Amino acid sequence: MRKKLWISLALAFVIPGLLFTASCAKKAVEPEPAVAEDDAAAKAAAEKAAAEEAARKAKMDATELFLYEEIYFEFDKSDLLPESQEVLRRKAEFLKDNPDLMVIIEGHCDERGTNEYNLALGDRRASSAKAFLVNLGIAGSRLTCISYGEERPSDPGHNEAAWAKNRRDHFTID
Amino acid sequence: MTGCRIKIIYLIAIAFFLIGSGLCRAEYDYIDITNPFLRKIPIAVPLFKKMSSGDATAQLSIKASDLLSETLEFTGYFKILDRGAFLADPQTDAVFSNINPQNWTSIGAELLITGGVLIEDNMVEMELRLYDTFKEQLLVGKKYTGGINDQRGMVRLFCSEVIYCLTGDRGIFNSKIAFVSTSSGNKEIYICDFDGYNPKRFTHAESIALTPAWSSDGKWLAYTSYEKGRPDLYIKHLKEKFGAVIAKNGINTTPAWVPGKFALAATLSFSGDQEIYLLTGTGKISKRLTYKWGIDLSPTWSPDSKQMAFVSKRSGTPQIYIKNIDSGLVKRLTFQGYYNTQPSWSPKGDILAYSAMEEGRSNIFLIGIGGEGPVQLTHNEGDNESPSWSPDGNLIVFSSTREGPSRIYVVTAYGTDKRRLLALKGEQTDPEWSPRIVD
Repeated sequence: MRKKLWISLALAFVIPGLLFTASCAKKAVEPEPAVAEDDAAAKAAAEKAAAEEAARKAKMDATELFLYEEIYFEFDKSDLLPESQEVLRRKAEFLKDNPDLMVIIEGHCDERGTNEYNLALGDRRASSAKAFLVNLGIAGSRLTCISYGEERPSDPGHNEAAWAKNRRDHFTID
Repeated sequence: MTGCRIKIIYLIAIAFFLIGSGLCRAEYDYIDITNPFLRKIPIAVPLFKKMSSGDATAQLSIKASDLLSETLEFTGYFKILDRGAFLADPQTDAVFSNINPQNWTSIGAELLITGGVLIEDNMVEMELRLYDTFKEQLLVGKKYTGGINDQRGMVRLFCSEVIYCLTGDRGIFNSKIAFVSTSSGNKEIYICDFDGYNPKRFTHAESIALTPAWSSDGKWLAYTSYEKGRPDLYIKHLKEKFGAVIAKNGINTTPAWVPGKFALAATLSFSGDQEIYLLTGTGKISKRLTYKWGIDLSPTWSPDSKQMAFVSKRSGTPQIYIKNIDSGLVKRLTFQGYYNTQPSWSPKGDILAYSAMEEGRSNIFLIGIGGEGPVQLTHNEGDNESPSWSPDGNLIVFSSTREGPSRIYVVTAYGTDKRRLLALKGEQTDPEWSPRIVD
């Protein structure tokens, strides 16, 4: 009889207690490792992509690298981001090492917005790069700007990842 | 003739209430599809009477009367009544004399068009008449003769007469629409009739062609093409194909012909900044029109050419501005949203159409030249861009991705009667309605 009472008491107090603990644990503790794992996975993926990118660039000679590296812009913007300025400094060095090369700077936009306006925006993006290179001592006569607006996307996708790739200056040797 | 006059006044009154007062009164009821004035005139177009025997005449009777119905319906003014409800049979009842008006008023027809077709020695004779059934009056009567392939032209001529009688305006039936299509794999300029009929390729550069613009006499087309690898501006005579090229450094684009003149405004960036210039029809710069650092482009002229609207990023986002050419004063027109481009000035002078991007989607809007409105014409149906007015200022042509690939659509200035104009292979963009073309 007494034993039964103890069991009942145990059930009455301990089990809800366990349940309570369990529910607390679920709410407070479990999601955190999940987020951390996602972060870690994204970070690892980004690091892997960056490493691959670096490895790809390391295999290129200077000319290939010059043609390969593009600079990217924010939506409806034509000012140069810090990383773009880094890329342009490398391009300026290359152009100083190869003083006979003439270059075409293509300005491009993502598909959002209207064709006419994007034609002007692409023009400004190409001009931004040209002005920066001229400030680094490259003769303006060696640099021709052509805006393609939204007419020649490099990624045909319709999402932010594609748009980010398409808002670019592409460099070719004339 | 008095019946006709009254009708003119009646229709002008409609047009006034729809376009004029909406803007004056308040911004919200500018377009109101429940507006009682937006009433279509019921018109009956029975099959044309066969005046000769044979299959060719029978076919012509059906084709020509259907074409006439479709052509009138295109204007958005009319409700074409179902032939199944007609009480009179034009093949047996009198067509041109002794029409019984009650046969038509009792089915609700306020206007009636009867016709007779005759084919003889491969020549077509088409006689067409417009009646006011309530006033029991003949309003227009015309007889046309021509080859069997001239039937479309005859029908359009008569429609033009009908619209002239009812509105005092010659209508749009001899206008055309230029647009860009990728049917061939490249962006080329095409030209079709006002109703999408007979699309023909105009450029063959196999590169990128953009932003076609008609001169106000309809004889010249200006456009941007990458024919030589860069965005240059081409000015071409439509028939003779001669013309000029403006190939300065940077972009040479968004031409807009000055009404009534052999001159155009266009955006050039050779100075390092995108500015609008006035050019002669032969491509020489005669005047600079904008002076602000930052993007200025897409000019469009008021019908009296005293003002020019354009897009500028001078305030940080692309917005529409109006410049008074004489005083040089510039005022900002659009304040709603962060991306307003592609202005198109109505031939009636009081409204601009433009495209606005909000939350990544483009839609067509109207705004009064005093800033009244704006009113949204397209909603939640893909991206809608490049509005351009019909020469009578009643319709707007635009491109839309509502069915997936970009196609060309027409809507009335009141936002009603949206329909696809044509569907070719590839995508169609950048439509530009011509002035009334005198061939």
